[in-house]
Amino acid sequence: MHPVLKLVAQRIALGLLLLLAVSAVIFLGVEALPGDTAQAILGQSATPQALANLREKMGLDQPAMVRYFHWLGGILTGDLGKALTNGQDIAQAIGQRLGNTLFLAACAGAISVPLAILLGLVAARYNGRWPDKLISGITLSTISLPEFVAAYFVIYLLTQLIPIFNPVAMVFPGMGFWEKLHAVALPVIVLVLVVLAHMMRMTRAAILNVMQSAYIETAELKGLSPMQVIWRHAFPNAIAPIVSVVVLNLAYLVVGVVVVEVVFGYNALGQFLVDHVAKRDLPVVQAVGVIFAGVYISLNILADVIAIVANPRLRHPR
Amino acid sequence: MSEQFDRIVMQMRQGGMTRREFVGRATALGVSTALASAIFTKGARAEEAKKGGVIRVGMSGGESTNSLDPALAASEVPFQVNMTWGEMLTDVKPDGTLDMRIAEEVSSTPDASEWKFKIRKGVEYHNGATVTAEDVVATLKRHTDEKSQSGALGVVKGIAEMKAEGDMVTLKLSEANADLPYLMADYHLIIQPGGGVDNPTAAIGAGPYKVNVNEPGVRHTFTKHANYFDSTMGHADEVEILVINDNTARTAALQSGQVHMINRVDPKIVELLKGVPGVSIKAVAGRGHYVFIMHCDKAPFDNNDVRMALKLAINRDEMVQKILGGLGSVGNDFPINSAYPLFDDSIPQRTFDAAKAGELYKKSGHDGSPIILRTAPGAFPGAVEAAQLFAASAQSAGIPLEVKLEPDDGYWSNVWNVEPFCASYWGGRPVQDQMYSTAYLSTAEWNDTKFKNAKFDELLLAARGELDAAKRKSEYSEMANILRDEGGLILPMFNDFVSGVSDTIGGWQDDPNGELMNGRAQVRCWLNS
Repeated sequence: MHPVLKLVAQRIALGLLLLLAVSAVIFLGVEALPGDTAQAILGQSATPQALANLREKMGLDQPAMVRYFHWLGGILTGDLGKALTNGQDIAQAIGQRLGNTLFLAACAGAISVPLAILLGLVAARYNGRWPDKLISGITLSTISLPEFVAAYFVIYLLTQLIPIFNPVAMVFPGMGFWEKLHAVALPVIVLVLVVLAHMMRMTRAAILNVMQSAYIETAELKGLSPMQVIWRHAFPNAIAPIVSVVVLNLAYLVVGVVVVEVVFGYNALGQFLVDHVAKRDLPVVQAVGVIFAGVYISLNILADVIAIVANPRLRHPR
Repeated sequence: MSEQFDRIVMQMRQGGMTRREFVGRATALGVSTALASAIFTKGARAEEAKKGGVIRVGMSGGESTNSLDPALAASEVPFQVNMTWGEMLTDVKPDGTLDMRIAEEVSSTPDASEWKFKIRKGVEYHNGATVTAEDVVATLKRHTDEKSQSGALGVVKGIAEMKAEGDMVTLKLSEANADLPYLMADYHLIIQPGGGVDNPTAAIGAGPYKVNVNEPGVRHTFTKHANYFDSTMGHADEVEILVINDNTARTAALQSGQVHMINRVDPKIVELLKGVPGVSIKAVAGRGHYVFIMHCDKAPFDNNDVRMALKLAINRDEMVQKILGGLGSVGNDFPINSAYPLFDDSIPQRTFDAAKAGELYKKSGHDGSPIILRTAPGAFPGAVEAAQLFAASAQSAGIPLEVKLEPDDGYWSNVWNVEPFCASYWGGRPVQDQMYSTAYLSTAEWNDTKFKNAKFDELLLAARGELDAAKRKSEYSEMANILRDEGGLILPMFNDFVSGVSDTIGGWQDDPNGELMNGRAQVRCWLNS
């Protein structure tokens, strides 16, 4: 077997094992939360009789281990079960929300990744001069701003002062593609502001690191322009660290944006998860948790694979 | 003068004033009472409901875990949603009188133990079927079944026997209850075909709108039910309820015109919003109240001197000003205010009295160890700050009151009804009997102050079957005094419902029964322009 294939297979197997471990940890975590589903659903208006009825109906009277393995069996056969709280089919409810999560992440990623890399290259090219300082200054201030502050700022700016967008970014099936893009414009702007600096700084640092090498000097001596040197010689050799940071940020765009979702009323997976944690809806929390873990793990595997493929030393081990 | 007068006429036309308010303000400007009254009649008539358009409501209080089963509705959005597609037997009008809905007539035996509801003819469900007396009985039966987990179980439990004959529903009660027609206005008791037994979440009802899209925690859309029986409601072609739990986003959505109405305007920003063109703030006095509750059966609260000392050690006016931003009224340690029928306004208002509180505390012989008051941000809006104000005023009276902050998560299961002293809230009920029976009767399941008083219970049961209003009022007054002087309830304030409404909305009417015109603003209002 080709060593690269073997490495990739190893990574995937490890990832699956990790996913299993994560599912157990999530289960334990939710079990350890105080309060229970029945109480959370009925809230202040619960009577002891109604509580007992509801617990029995939801199977909460069975031991935790039994429920865990029952659920694990279900997920392997693609059956996520029904939400305890409102009886909706979980797979169906998650499906649409996951689509929205991915749509938002894809929009933010499609803008922020090329922009960050471009800005990183420019900053490296003018290292220590004003364009570098300007780019670093701006992106570092936007990353330092908490997401919700940035969100309120763009809401004020782009819905009140210059009313071109809507403050509430809900998207629905049946909306056209451009309509959807218009709806998510504000959260996308906020997310781009938040993730830009990290990727930009890493691109700049990785390029500058490579720029110290002897072959860069050679390239300069043979008369290439500075931008050509960076693009053709420095960038390909700096890809591995850049990709790992890019992927980390993409994973964040999928799993870590609940605050932005809440502020813009965006109907995606993060808000959905928080609602169900509050109601102790274990099957839903489990399912979403595993999806998030799956996204995180697979993106990291992807980063590893790209780093391996991009690195000649890993590609052709002696 | 004319400019001022124009302004109040304008305000009256937008539905912001009752006749009495309008006449009062107009006569203050020198207009004769007769003329003002005539202008009001003309003005109110001049504003005719406009048909068509899409009314959008932005609301907090919705979760992706919400269900369409009316039995399970507990938060604001499901309530508003159910009021859009459903109809109960009766409803309560803003002035507190009974509004006949699915039932067109109601009568009782002289002892109020057997009630007859005559079902309105030809009321049609969204699926084309007609509402029958059998449906009504089946609906009530479903809520009586403990397995339905209905929030109205306590309301229907007292019905011993139900019978449907032709267009007449007969309900025999196990105990007389003069308020039964009001109890039938409970928002869980939406009449469903076949009682909703087969599919409680089908959302087929007789209300003005049909459910089009139901995405819990995101949005609910509705289209007009063409054969709706009541032409005075349901003016817009479509209704959309958007769940916007974030305060800032909800306010921004109203300001930018993305929605026409919002609930739960943060009292802190009301002053700022008042200057915004195109938007008006409606602060409506209701029956909801914020409370601190002591368990009367646990030390040190089993001593009435301690309870009374704490009641005297709270500064109610300060709470209303600082916690509610002035949008509310002071409470008097019993859960009834002037929004209830048969309220006795002669009961003296309790006020902050540090000296007397300190005296009573000393007299109680309490050992001086800290008295712990538990609170959480979600106990009610401003609950943490309110508890801190309370602790400060109590300490100034020499009472060692300390605040313990609890997490929101699990507050209603681990703290409320468990710990002996904590912050909480009540939404109020349409009638006094229901409020007292829910939380202050010795045997009540939600007796969260563990208040047990034989005389109080006796009065409550006597008043329940009493059809003589004067006698009933005096019984309620006596109960209020008992609770106020001996109960475990500290009720510093009644909170207003504060909503934001766009000026394009016509037909707004202040309704003390519930938020956003008791859940029906989207149904009773219309779009101008």
